[in-house]
Amino acid sequence: MSKEPVAVVGVGQTKHVAARRDVSIAGLVREAARRALDDAELSWADIEAVVIGKAPDFFEGVMMPELYLADALGAVGKPMMRVHTAGSVGGSTALVAASLVAARVHGTVLTLAFEKQSESNAMWGLSLPIPFQQPLLAGAGGFFAPHVRAYMRRSGAPDTVGSLVAYKNRRNALKNPYAHLHEHDITLEKVQASPMLWDPIRYSETCPSSDGAVAMVLTDRAGAARAPRPAAWMHGGAMRSEPTLFAGKDSVSPRAGRDCAADVYRQAGITDPRREIDAVEMYVPFSWYEPMWLENLGFAAEGEGWKLTESGVTELDGDLPVDMSGGVLSTNPIGASGMIRFAEAALQVRGLAGEHQVEGARRVLGHAYGGGSQFFSMWLVGAEPPAS
Amino acid sequence: MTREEAPGARDVAVVAFAQTDHRRTSEELSEVEMLMPVLHEVMASTGLRTADIGFTCSGSSDYLAGRAFSFTLALDGVGAWPPISESHVEMDGAWALYEAWVKLRTGDADTALVYSYGKSSPGSVRDVLTRQLDPYYLAPLWPDSVALAALQAQALIDAGATDEPALAAVGARSRADAAGNPHAQLRGAVPQGEYLVRPLRTGDCPPIGDGAAAVVLAAGERARDLCERPAWIRGIDHRIEAHGIGVRDLTDSPSTRIAAERAGALERPVDTAELHAPFSSQEVVLRRALGLDETVRVNPSGGALAANPIMAAGLVRIGEAAARIHRGESDRALAHATSGPCLQQNLVAVLEGDPR
Repeated sequence: MSKEPVAVVGVGQTKHVAARRDVSIAGLVREAARRALDDAELSWADIEAVVIGKAPDFFEGVMMPELYLADALGAVGKPMMRVHTAGSVGGSTALVAASLVAARVHGTVLTLAFEKQSESNAMWGLSLPIPFQQPLLAGAGGFFAPHVRAYMRRSGAPDTVGSLVAYKNRRNALKNPYAHLHEHDITLEKVQASPMLWDPIRYSETCPSSDGAVAMVLTDRAGAARAPRPAAWMHGGAMRSEPTLFAGKDSVSPRAGRDCAADVYRQAGITDPRREIDAVEMYVPFSWYEPMWLENLGFAAEGEGWKLTESGVTELDGDLPVDMSGGVLSTNPIGASGMIRFAEAALQVRGLAGEHQVEGARRVLGHAYGGGSQFFSMWLVGAEPPAS
Repeated sequence: MTREEAPGARDVAVVAFAQTDHRRTSEELSEVEMLMPVLHEVMASTGLRTADIGFTCSGSSDYLAGRAFSFTLALDGVGAWPPISESHVEMDGAWALYEAWVKLRTGDADTALVYSYGKSSPGSVRDVLTRQLDPYYLAPLWPDSVALAALQAQALIDAGATDEPALAAVGARSRADAAGNPHAQLRGAVPQGEYLVRPLRTGDCPPIGDGAAAVVLAAGERARDLCERPAWIRGIDHRIEAHGIGVRDLTDSPSTRIAAERAGALERPVDTAELHAPFSSQEVVLRRALGLDETVRVNPSGGALAANPIMAAGLVRIGEAAARIHRGESDRALAHATSGPCLQQNLVAVLEGDPR
């Protein structure tokens, strides 16, 4: 049985901010869902199932919040599923929803991811004080900084590359009305002068803590034919996981990431990602992950990713724009961040990305990762339906 | 929707099932240590190794573990090297099985490993479950899961749908049946006990315990290779209801009925039903919603009244129903899983063996 093609016909997100004190969690998710439905010109009744993701429950202090959110998302009487795969969850959630369409279980599905980080403190939510783990990791930066140092040592990258990425992404965010950080007075010097948090990661090279939600309407071929605006078509999607800690793990370029990308490219018929993919929405919570993932995703040879960044290839007007929306560095509602990457990729190939649109973007990769660089989810979307 | 066969849709079956002995406490074991023997058992019974599995999906809850990302350590136990195609639901493992079933239906994988686990012993599960209620209006009042179930039980009694002796009979039958289930936590003659929250007595309520379960799914001919008599999933569907207790008719379970209709459960009688009814009164609600009469063998395993490892108990129902088909004790079985307060969310699967 061939799979049903999957189309994105609606995208909605909230204006991401540090604290949305004006809405409940339910109000936040409903805002994004409503905007996705409006984009698709559909009503709640057109939605057959809801797939929701966030990570982890401790960030808001609500156990399995999908139960309480059923009403707000119009899910009463419908199937509702809750995905949780750490930081990659936004991408995984979209892929589970896409599978429902691809398997012809449902025709039109709403998928949504959110985080309301102002309800808690992510720094401590991400610190895992149980026996036999490193004490005082103090959040994700403490975990990832050694891997960045390993990358710098291995590749010989100059220590200026991280600030270039942050400076680029923050400028891109100025063109995205939904981005959390709008630093109008950003300069490269300001990034470089910001305090060192976890050597070599500076304050301005880290992501913010955001409140926000993102939603997409996924549908089948018939649904796409009825859609009022161009659809983004899924050409490939995959998840891969590997253990957190083991002797053979390459924390700089995890094999799960490479395998996941290879699976997506195989599905999409991509043999030369550097040439055949027009832009990437990449999960870069700390700026150094741009060059690292450029290599992991096959856009550059090992040790060469930083050269693409340094030469301006990944700028908004470069040959391979990365994080046109401003990326996770500018907006990080953790559970939603992966799906924002997927949704921004869809907006690009639909030609609806506004000021941060890449001219002529036909094939765009959305990428997410989570845990200790152990969970990966990606999709490649195109402006044209996949060849059947 | 989920039973209407698309042309060429793949048949998917449960080919293996394993579970722990469910116990009041397993404090000497980590979650991973509790889970590992079950994973080894379910894989050994199919002869598959980790590298042979096309897709892996698990269900668990950070809130039971008391730490964020608790499932990541379980993944290490699975042995995800080389990297595997894997996902996780923050739900009962029955929904992990649903996700895996969808994945197999897309044709992206031929086999799937599904597992789930939960340890209720480290905390007060009645208090913990209050944290899954509406965080603004309901959770601050700390209404616990037994109190909410008691509201449902009283509504049933007030509606004339049951009475306390009938509820006691449900408990007694479940524990008597569990005498034949070596994995059950409460077995044999268990006194109905004192009121816990009126009208529910301790005998109407599930034991609190720790446990894990695992299932292997396979598609088409692969299922026949791995299992002498696969338990084919003829239909599977799940539905959710409103969260607010006040806007629901607690004597009914419309979500169960819709899921059963969509799964094709109501088309022909089933001979067995494994119902995830943690409270005796909830079995009454589910029997009514599913139209089960006395000819159907309900919860021959003892059901959730004999063992209710949270996050695994729903997957155990599917596994128990499938195992009866594997053993030739059932030809067409219904399996049910629930989540949320007072049966808010329900999943129904219909399993069949090949004709004999």
